[in-house]
Amino acid sequence: MALITRGFGGRRRDDTDLPPGQYRTDDFPVLSAGPTPRIGLDAWELAVVTETGERSTWSWAQFTALPADEPTVDIHCVTHWSKFGTRWRGVSVDTLLADVETAAEYVVAHCYGGYTTNIPLEDLTDGQAWVAYEFDGEPLAPVHGGPARLLIPHLYFWKSAKWLRALELRLDDEPGFWETAGYHNYGDPWREQRYQAD
Amino acid sequence: MARAAIPGRLTWQPATVATTRAETATARTLVLNVDGWTGHLPGQHIDLRLTAPDGYTAYRSYSISSAPGLDRLEVTVQTVPDGEVSPYLVDVAEPGDQFEIRGPLGGWFVRRPADPRPALLIGGGSGVAPLMSMARAAKTPTRLLYSTRSPSDALFSADLATAGAAGDDRVTVTHVYTRVGPPGWPVPPGRLDADALARVAWPREADAVAFVCGPTGFVETVADLLVDIGHDPANIRTERFGPTGG
Repeated sequence: MALITRGFGGRRRDDTDLPPGQYRTDDFPVLSAGPTPRIGLDAWELAVVTETGERSTWSWAQFTALPADEPTVDIHCVTHWSKFGTRWRGVSVDTLLADVETAAEYVVAHCYGGYTTNIPLEDLTDGQAWVAYEFDGEPLAPVHGGPARLLIPHLYFWKSAKWLRALELRLDDEPGFWETAGYHNYGDPWREQRYQAD
Repeated sequence: MARAAIPGRLTWQPATVATTRAETATARTLVLNVDGWTGHLPGQHIDLRLTAPDGYTAYRSYSISSAPGLDRLEVTVQTVPDGEVSPYLVDVAEPGDQFEIRGPLGGWFVRRPADPRPALLIGGGSGVAPLMSMARAAKTPTRLLYSTRSPSDALFSADLATAGAAGDDRVTVTHVYTRVGPPGWPVPPGRLDADALARVAWPREADAVAFVCGPTGFVETVADLLVDIGHDPANIRTERFGPTGG
């Protein structure tokens, strides 16, 4: 039985697309743990590293020459906001993994600035995830993760790592930055997996 | 069937408003009684759940502004115009009213009591709330730099005015006013810049840790300035909020 709060009416919105505990915003709030890293495009590189150490890399020119998708997706932040209908341009992770041989089941995303997050590989494939480099028709701003960030809309947005540098394919799961700081290891907004043991 | 408690699981707990304190015309502190609350790390936050009579619920996250304590904590809330939850907390809730909380939450933007480093706390607007918890619990030399539009927008004015008094030099407070300063204020109002920051920042060899909290633009600017004046990016922790959040 929920505890009723006297004097609270609340504001109903008919948002059936809203996961539990979320509210809708039209802004694009920013959450990061430290200063925004500035990465020059000539020094930028994206790598996929397999569990055997095989490394595939793309320069900025190579990366942006890959076939790209333009997904429009809803995003859900663990701090309770959701933003609907965000428009991105990015390379499907399927494309990045097309020529990669791996038996891995897990991935750690490594970022410029040192951030990490872990994701099961099966959540990155089959058209579920992108490495995005445009938002709303513009180059992705540094504050939102530019030059390029992960985009995994079906998980809480901290999994969509900003300033992506490498995807490390692993046989075992290795919790990342927020995952070792009390947040849920998987982070499904529809099951409200915000914190450890949720 | 009884549900077994899962170890480490954060459950929702009733919180009762004990007292409230106006901080500014649009912000106030709520002192909450929470049975069995075992304290927090300065910088941590709680999730708060309000339930309307028809079962409708709304959730928000708020930083804890008090020093760690048993059975009691404080949150300080700034009204967001057209907000759903903040106007209730700032204008409606009275002593005796109840809602639910869970926490404490967050393991990064925290100042651990055992951390021997001096600290630089930089807050913009209501972003000072988690820094206030850090200042109140400070065990090492702490400098708080607080940017607001004007003196009447500053939270915790009374507490900050007495910081550093009575020979307690652990916490020193510097105000920056972006629009209007108090009468006779020696510095013209303006945004926090590299010079002002350099005057307050610890020297490099102090190996200080910086905590920056405020609106996104403020945090971006301050974190970049800190990096520019030589602060190690690895020792800068940030927490940001956008214009929403009410």
